[in-house]
Amino acid sequence: MNEISDAPTEVTAQHGERLHISGLFIGFVSGLPQLLFPLLAAVFGARKSDNPALIPIMIAAVLAISLFFRWLGWRRFRYHVGADDIRVEKGILNRTARSIPYDRIQDVSIEQKLLARMMGLSEVKFETGGGDGDDATLRFVTLEEANRLRALIRARKAGEVVAQDVPHMAEPADAETIFAMDDQRVFILGIYSFSLVIFAVLGGLAQQFDFLLPFEFWDFKRWAGLAEESGVSVNTLNGVGITGHLILAFGAFTSLIFIGFATGIVRTFLREYGFRLTQTTKGFRRQRGLFTLTDVVMPTHRVQAAVVQTGPIRKRRGWHSLKFVSLAQDSKEESNYVAAPLATLDELWRISKAAGIAAPDGDERLRKGAALHWVIQWFLFVPPLLIAVGALVIFAHAPLAPTLLPLLLLIIVALLLLLDWRRYRFGLDDQQIYLRRGWWRQKLTIAPQLKVQSVEITQGPFARRYGLASLKFGIAGGTLEMVALPLSTAQAIRAAVMEKVAAVAYSAINQSH
Amino acid sequence: MNDDNLPELTPLDPAFITTSRIATALGLLPFVIGAGVLEFARLLPPGSFLVPMLLIYGFVAYTVPARKYRHWGYDMGTDRLRVVRGYMFYSDTIVPFGRIQHIDVDQGPIDRRYGLAKLTVHTAGNHNSTVALPGLAHTNALAMREAIRAAIRQEML
Repeated sequence: MNEISDAPTEVTAQHGERLHISGLFIGFVSGLPQLLFPLLAAVFGARKSDNPALIPIMIAAVLAISLFFRWLGWRRFRYHVGADDIRVEKGILNRTARSIPYDRIQDVSIEQKLLARMMGLSEVKFETGGGDGDDATLRFVTLEEANRLRALIRARKAGEVVAQDVPHMAEPADAETIFAMDDQRVFILGIYSFSLVIFAVLGGLAQQFDFLLPFEFWDFKRWAGLAEESGVSVNTLNGVGITGHLILAFGAFTSLIFIGFATGIVRTFLREYGFRLTQTTKGFRRQRGLFTLTDVVMPTHRVQAAVVQTGPIRKRRGWHSLKFVSLAQDSKEESNYVAAPLATLDELWRISKAAGIAAPDGDERLRKGAALHWVIQWFLFVPPLLIAVGALVIFAHAPLAPTLLPLLLLIIVALLLLLDWRRYRFGLDDQQIYLRRGWWRQKLTIAPQLKVQSVEITQGPFARRYGLASLKFGIAGGTLEMVALPLSTAQAIRAAVMEKVAAVAYSAINQSH
Repeated sequence: MNDDNLPELTPLDPAFITTSRIATALGLLPFVIGAGVLEFARLLPPGSFLVPMLLIYGFVAYTVPARKYRHWGYDMGTDRLRVVRGYMFYSDTIVPFGRIQHIDVDQGPIDRRYGLAKLTVHTAGNHNSTVALPGLAHTNALAMREAIRAAIRQEML
């Protein structure tokens, strides 16, 4: 298992490791849904013939063929850990050989889905930060082998000389847990994750598969008929009186709320159960998940900025979340690395400090934006709305009074802009840039000035007239835009940041220490 | 739009006016042809398509490039590149050499006739991941590229 040849110029069939054979079974089981159509085709094909025994034979044949090709694929798959790269060779007819230099490997992630976890296997992904997600995946190897590979690549990347035998380190000795969530914390997070998404999903499913249902899903008369069969009729409903209606409405509302909370709690438990963030010499390591365990490492030097988020309700309880901005993608849904989904500010600043980002200490002198910026935005809403109202009155001969209703929109927009203006703050101190925005999803972004890639000052035609400008910072993996600054302030901030940035090369800040 | 503590901007090569006139004129030609076809169909009194179209065409293809040229500018510092452009939508970008990932020098067919080139620098940032500076004399663009490369290499040492 641990052989490392000196000059692996080419992987041959004798070289390299095979994946774990049990992975075949996992792939077979998880691939069953894809076999649905071949199976259906087989069954329908066999139905025409007279022999009823043909159907099970056809099903068995489809399954056997699938298993056979999976086995062929497994036989033809080899990976090899070389001196400079990982090589993967695969393909039954079309052979592909991929080489991934250690230099380019950003991270190694280990994932254990439910089935794999029961069999002690895991999926190893080598992430290179290339645009296309499919870099190289080993599906599946034993957890031990996965940990060995990760330790090996980390060691290689750090430029250490690796002995022939790398110790199986499931847990680096220097790891220190800096944040963890117990079940109670996960439960609280679940409550805040109230979601009615299940109705959208059920509705979508009903629409997709309504041909499978024995009745029209959207046929309300039929639902009413079903209710009547079980003794509830429209007439009895009408007979219950106003109090009864209220009770029924209240019941419906409560169950909706209940389902919303239940969805949130279940989803959160699935994702965040056993959340643990540890700090190792290489960076942060996060483990979480109930059935699907994920284990993702973020090297400290790749953290480009910190995002602290909260909402109006959870803020009262002092709960915030912390994410790190970086070029690597955490998952499909989350572009930033979630370092703490629900934490107090004390816990949170401790984590960000470990990433080299300090908490605001009062030096940053957070400033408000020029109110004029929001006033201009409001005025930009007025002409289109007036034109729309005018067009309605003139061309559609609509009566004037109801058409004025859209003008209420102006008031709503004004309120939203007012809230936005009240929350918005920007500032900088010697080392970092600060930006706070959002009255519902309140977000504070902190970026070290050294990680800024470029700075742009922009002015639209209106802002220009009033001497206002926006300041856009290019950050790897994120954006940071200050708005509503006087032009001179924008220029001063840019000059200060550029003095810091230009003095240090990018390659220097991107090295691990 | 210059503030006091920033150095004067270098204008682009004047040939940029010509090349962008040619490029705009070619790009808008289909519209003129379209107007000519409509004119030929005699839907409205003669000249009601072609005359306004030609006026707009002349303005966009002749006057606008000269104005655009006046609002472009750059400053090549010892450790940073500054690119300024636009009047209605003004933008003023600074990229430190230390953050440049790679550099392109492009030359289109029109550019080549007039000895111009476009310099593009790439950064790792999501915003402004590319900053382009068109209308440079080709030799000048190459010299700038070499200067930036030298600056980056020096930083690496």
